This record gives sequence, structure tokens and C-alpha cells, in this order.
Amino acid sequence: MQAGSKLKIEGLSKTYRGAGGGENVTALKDVGIEIGAGEFVSIVGPSGCGKSTLFNIIAGLIRPSSGKVLLDGRQPDELLGSVGYMPQRDCLMPWRTVLDNTTLGLELNGVRKKEAHKKAKAEFERFGLAGFEKHWPAKLSGGMKQRAALLRTFLAGRDVMLLDEPFGALDALTRANMQQWLLDVWQEDRKTILFVTHDVEEAIYLSDRVYVMSGRPGRVSLDVKVSLERPRKPEVTMSPEFLVLKQKLLRPLEEAAAGGGVFIDDRPTLEEQI
Amino acid sequence: MFARGTRARRIAAAVLPPVLFAIFVLGVWQLYTVVGDIKESTLPPPTDIAKSLWENRSMLIDNAWVTIKEILLGFAAAIVLGVGLAVLIRSSRKVERAIYPWLVVSQMVPIPAIAPLLVIWTGFDLRPKVIVIMLVSFFPIAVNTIDGLRAAEPELLNLLKTLKANSWQRFRKAQLPAALPFMFSGLKVAAALSVIGAVFAEWVGASEGLGYLVLVLNNQTATTEMFAVIFTLALIGILLFLFVSLLERVLLPWYYESRETEGEGLHLEVEENA
Repeated sequence: MQAGSKLKIEGLSKTYRGAGGGENVTALKDVGIEIGAGEFVSIVGPSGCGKSTLFNIIAGLIRPSSGKVLLDGRQPDELLGSVGYMPQRDCLMPWRTVLDNTTLGLELNGVRKKEAHKKAKAEFERFGLAGFEKHWPAKLSGGMKQRAALLRTFLAGRDVMLLDEPFGALDALTRANMQQWLLDVWQEDRKTILFVTHDVEEAIYLSDRVYVMSGRPGRVSLDVKVSLERPRKPEVTMSPEFLVLKQKLLRPLEEAAAGGGVFIDDRPTLEEQI
Repeated sequence: MFARGTRARRIAAAVLPPVLFAIFVLGVWQLYTVVGDIKESTLPPPTDIAKSLWENRSMLIDNAWVTIKEILLGFAAAIVLGVGLAVLIRSSRKVERAIYPWLVVSQMVPIPAIAPLLVIWTGFDLRPKVIVIMLVSFFPIAVNTIDGLRAAEPELLNLLKTLKANSWQRFRKAQLPAALPFMFSGLKVAAALSVIGAVFAEWVGASEGLGYLVLVLNNQTATTEMFAVIFTLALIGILLFLFVSLLERVLLPWYYESRETEGEGLHLEVEENA
């Protein structure tokens, strides 16, 4: 990536102090990542490789021990609120209708309700939610909930969107549909997306580039360019190029698994987040 | 979504069993007192109680009005105290640690035992009654609201932070609405307790009200009339409980409608994959 990098992370490390005088845990060590404007980049890695910590740092929810996060080449005064963030769970508010859930970001930006509704409604068709504006989220299927959550992030209007395993909890068929749909939507707007998954196939199918992270301490062990032609169709997953990429990405992951560190939960405790 | 006939049938299914059960119990009661030739001063038959209810209706209504006024004021005070304490306790970890144990300890103090003190301090008017009712019924409101204020998903609160919501907005938009169903559970328990509190309070020092009436009738061994008063008190409790339930349904439509459709989401999945 040349000067036009949208999001750049340099020498990022995060060490959690051991609870009650226990050993310190290094969740991330010297992580460097660069994403160009409009690029779709994925991070794959085993559980406990520090993906969530990395995400929370980029979102501004926790502070790194050292290193920098640059947006458009500059260090923002306040990272919190500068990037769009979609947590693993849909986190839709059960007391709000689907429409009111999707306008949350606009509402907090001070956009008038009527205007926010208008803006959101215009996207309901494209996000496969048309007709469900007035429903409670509990009435939606898993896939629809994720699309509603994605629309909420999308409408918040940040250039960079962080998606944390958004399809992780969906069944295989729904998941495949959602991947296809996400590609179509992304193709139209070309937002910058950083996508976390532990599914290598999903990462290759969606991304321009894939970073592989290995755990304990979490660091980037591989940066692979995916030059499969766009727009992509599901058949591409059978192509030789795809399989070569898959093998390449799986190797470091398998090594990490064989090296078999003990799984340590690196999710920050609530107190650390506040 | 439901046909009207189904809805009527569901209501009947909810109402019919308890009504039938009540008729059964009253029937057994009636039979026992008549066949067993029980003295009326020991256990009057339900038909006599019904007759007494009708004959003494104006006295019952006059005194019920006094007690209802106490209950409503005491209940309202309990809501203010309970919710206020809950918000205070959840406002900071330190305050929680300092106050929460004492909140529990406060319930070990037998309120009827301190009611005479309250009379000494505040006199025979409405005040000691309102205070006793408040003290008897604030606890379930406080405890449930405290639990409720913990109920908002941490991921949702993080998401709100990334949308630049300040702590007041996080409270207003997530923690408070998430707490409301819990709060209403507490209110329902408190509704029942507030009637008990009113009777206690009137026993200590009153010249009118249903609790006072029980004492007077007890001295006259007017058992039938006492039962009439007890039925009236129970009716007040039931009405207050129903009122709280109704309020819950009106204020939290999402809570009921989301629960009603649980396990019904299957047909949406089909649409999903269409």
C-alpha cells in the first residue's frame, strides 16, 4: 500500500497485568497492519490469538500498551467513535423496532428522527429487511438480525468498518448467502472493511488481502494477497488458485495448533474496558 | 398473527382453571362448615361471608378507601426509594460495596416491630402508615432493579461507546430499558407486600381503615365480618397486582410480544434462503 492507506497499525502491543499478582499476559506483540481505502481485509487466527483485543484497540475501547493506530495517516485525537464497529453478537435492542435499531448511530449523531428513519428505510430493501421495519428484533431470523446489525453500523457512516465474526453463529447455508450478500453490498459502496473470522475459506472468498495471526503472544505471521477476480461467485471456491491460497493460509494455523499452547482467554475484563 | 378464536381460547385457558379451582375450594369450604356443623364464630360458610360483604358494603368501602390511599402513597414512596437506591448503588462500584450489604441487613429488621417507633416519631396520621408500607415493600423493587441495571449486554455498551454515546446516553438508551422488565418483577412482589404493610401500620395506631377494622372485629369475635374485611383486602392486593401487570404490558410491549413469538421464528428462515 502506498501513501493512501486508510488504516495503519504500527508496532502495536498489549500486555494485561496478571490478576492478583499473577503473570502478565501479552495478548498482542508488535502487530503491524495496513489497509488501503476501499479495501476488504480479513484477519484469521485461532481462538485466543488476540483478534478481539486488536479489534477493541482499533475501535478505541481499550488502549494499547505501545504502538500507534493511524487513520488516513494521522493519529486521531480520539479513536473511540472514529471507526464503525460491529461486535460478534448482533446486540440489537429488544425494546426497539428493527427500524429504530438501525438508526441508533444517526440518532446519537443528532440526526432528527424523521430524517434518520427516511435514510434507514431507503436501505431496508438492499439489506433484505423490507417489511420488517416495525417488527421487534426477536421476530427476525439469525441472518436478518446480523443484516440489521450491519445496517446499523453502516448507517453510522464511518469510513472504516470493523466486523468481528459477524456470521460466526449462523448455519452453513445462511452463512453462504450472507457472504454473497455482503460482497454485493460492499461492491456498491466500497467501504474499507476489516473482517475477523476463524474460517479461512470465508476470509479468502471475501477479501482482497488476508492476515494470519498466531497466538500467544498474538502477532501477524502472514500477509497474503488474494487476487481472485471480482465480482466473485461461489464457484471460485473450487478453483485451483483458491485451494492454493487455502493451503498457504492453513499451514501457519495448523502449526500454531500443533504447537498447542494452552488456551488463555484474552478477552479483557469489564473493569479493564472501563 | 393469531386468529381471533385462538386468542379467545387462549384467554379462556388462562382464566378458566383458577376460577374453577376457586369454586372447588369454596364448595369444599361450604360443605365442611354445613355438614360438619362448624360454629360460625370459628369458620363461617362462604355464603355468609358473601352476605356480610353485601350488607356491610358501605362500611367496607369507606374503610377500604382509607387503606387504598395509604397503599398507593406507600407503594409510590417504595418505588421512589427502591429505584433511587438501585440507581445510586449501580452508579459506582464503591457506593455499591458500601451500601448493598446494608440494604440486605435492613431486611433483617422486623418492620412491624419498628412501626410503634414510627408512630412515636411521626404521630397517628398518614405518615407512619406510608413509611411502614414503603419500608415493607421497597426491597424487592431495589434488588430487582439493581439486577436489571446489570442486564444490558457489555457488548452493547461498548457498541454505544463506539457510536460516541456518553454515560448518560448509555444509561438512557440501554441500561434503563434493559432494567425495566426486572423492575416490574419487583413491583409485582411489592404490590402484594404493600397490602401487608398497610395492615401492620393500621394495627399499630389507626382509627379507620381495613386493618383497624380487623382488630375491632376480632375483639368482638365477629368472625364472619372479619372474613369480609380479609376478602376486601385481598381484592385490593389483586387489583394492585393486576394494575402493575397491565402497566407492564402497556409500557413494555416488546417484552411480551417477543416472548410470545419465541420458537416461532422458523418460517422466517425459509424466507431467508429464498
